Amino acid sequence: MSCWQTIGDYAFRSLGYGERLLPRTDFTLCQQFTLIGSGLIWNIYFGLVALVFGFVLANAIAFARASHSPWARKPAEWFIFVFRGSPLFIQFFLAYEALQMLPRAGIDVFGITVETAWTTRAWAGALFVLFLNTAAYSAEIFHGALRSIPKGDLEAAEAYGLTGFAKFRRIQWPTMLRLAWPAYTNEAIFLFHSTTLVFFSGFPAFQQRGDALYYASYFADKTFNPFIPYPIVAGYFILLTLILIWGMGTVNKRLNRHLPSNMAGKIRLRPQVIR
Amino acid sequence: MSCYLTSGKHLNLYWAFGTVLLLLAVTAPVAMTFGFLGAMAARSQHLVLRLIGKGYTAMVRGVPDIVFFLFFVIALDQGIEYLNHLIRCPDWTDPVRNGLEFRVCPEAKVPLGASEQWVHQFYGFMLAVLTFSLVFGAFAANVLYGAMQAVPRAQLETAEAYGLTQRQVFRRILVPQMWVYALPGLSNLWMILIKATPLLFLLGVQDIVYWARELGGAKTQAFDYPHPDWRLYYFLFLLVFYLAFTRLSEIVLNRVSARLSRGQATAAGEAMRKAGI
Repeated sequence: MSCWQTIGDYAFRSLGYGERLLPRTDFTLCQQFTLIGSGLIWNIYFGLVALVFGFVLANAIAFARASHSPWARKPAEWFIFVFRGSPLFIQFFLAYEALQMLPRAGIDVFGITVETAWTTRAWAGALFVLFLNTAAYSAEIFHGALRSIPKGDLEAAEAYGLTGFAKFRRIQWPTMLRLAWPAYTNEAIFLFHSTTLVFFSGFPAFQQRGDALYYASYFADKTFNPFIPYPIVAGYFILLTLILIWGMGTVNKRLNRHLPSNMAGKIRLRPQVIR
Repeated sequence: MSCYLTSGKHLNLYWAFGTVLLLLAVTAPVAMTFGFLGAMAARSQHLVLRLIGKGYTAMVRGVPDIVFFLFFVIALDQGIEYLNHLIRCPDWTDPVRNGLEFRVCPEAKVPLGASEQWVHQFYGFMLAVLTFSLVFGAFAANVLYGAMQAVPRAQLETAEAYGLTQRQVFRRILVPQMWVYALPGLSNLWMILIKATPLLFLLGVQDIVYWARELGGAKTQAFDYPHPDWRLYYFLFLLVFYLAFTRLSEIVLNRVSARLSRGQATAAGEAMRKAGI
């Protein structure tokens, strides 16, 4: 069996297309690369979707946290505390068990039956947990950045007659993003890393459609040889991280384009700073 | 109710909290040692040592830590058994890696096949501790390396001008001063470590997650419980435990940070001086 054929069979195995049966004997390198790469689709899906939606929620929560009204501030503080203070692993378990408790047959809302079975599937349930989790971590970053906007910038905006929403849109928000971006890049990288937890926590892999690490551990279990599949996952993730750093770096450049080049904040991966 | 909560399996659950705390207590100092050695190696003048140190600190960048957890547990186990195999059975002729099997001679099994249950559990736990220490040592090496670089160069130059040797400069000037720079990173790391402890479950240790699943489920492999599925409540309990633990750590670490910043020429120390604390 040639390698092209294997790629054709297994490239979209994690989505349920192609060959149904996973290889059981005579594992080739090509199979391992293809299947693990196929699983990476899930990691990218979870990471990207959670990142995009989490970004929006994180902004809202960061501003709620900075608000003067305790009705907005307290819930935001508790949300951040709960999601940052507890392990993601436990959050996955908890969410899975909670979603399982929804009635199987669906909920009747004004005569329309809302299906609930799909919420326990990883693509929805785990995504939801990741979304809330990254929103909490990013909100903390954004809140920190919001507090470190230079006072002079805000005063200058007011001197120009910018108030209210105009001040927010043209000064506060862009400056907050600019200050937060290097730390936010780290958060994004860690989010992609934590997507590997999905199929190892409560959410079962439906019909063996798992993520990259799921297939890697499948191979390691079957061959008793961890020295091939895990380095492959590592290689894929290093590649993913580099692409992510490049993408976030482009945004960073745009956010800093008005500054002299030596003052612009540089993006460095600092795993010690975040999470 | 109290009878239910003191059943044998529940006692196992309570002991599992001890396991988690023990893991933290052992891992933290060992990981710090690894991190310190790694940071020292990364700063070394010697090229090979520096490459090893840099490689170790670069390890955790870019690759999810859980990959290392899964990898190291098998790799360490096989490595130990293979070394043992080389020592114990030098005249063993069969290949160790035969197709899909990893087979060492029976005397080289770690722990021995005939040993008791607790030996197996203890060995598994020790492997987990070593894995955690290796991975978090790499994180700590990053933090400590950064802290060592952050000590003002003038301090070291002054020491050199006084005629101290490199070793003396390192021990008397650099190490005492670096802690205040390392503390934010290290406290962050402690939080990450606490939040990584449920991963013990993935490494095959019977930890709190294992028992919570076991006790909460309506039925286990062996028998049925009379109650419905209570896993949600058991996991809520774990969540509260972790929240309390991280909150407590946060409070303690803030105190330590304030204590260390007192009188230091940093922004935090300056703020304290102005506030008159």
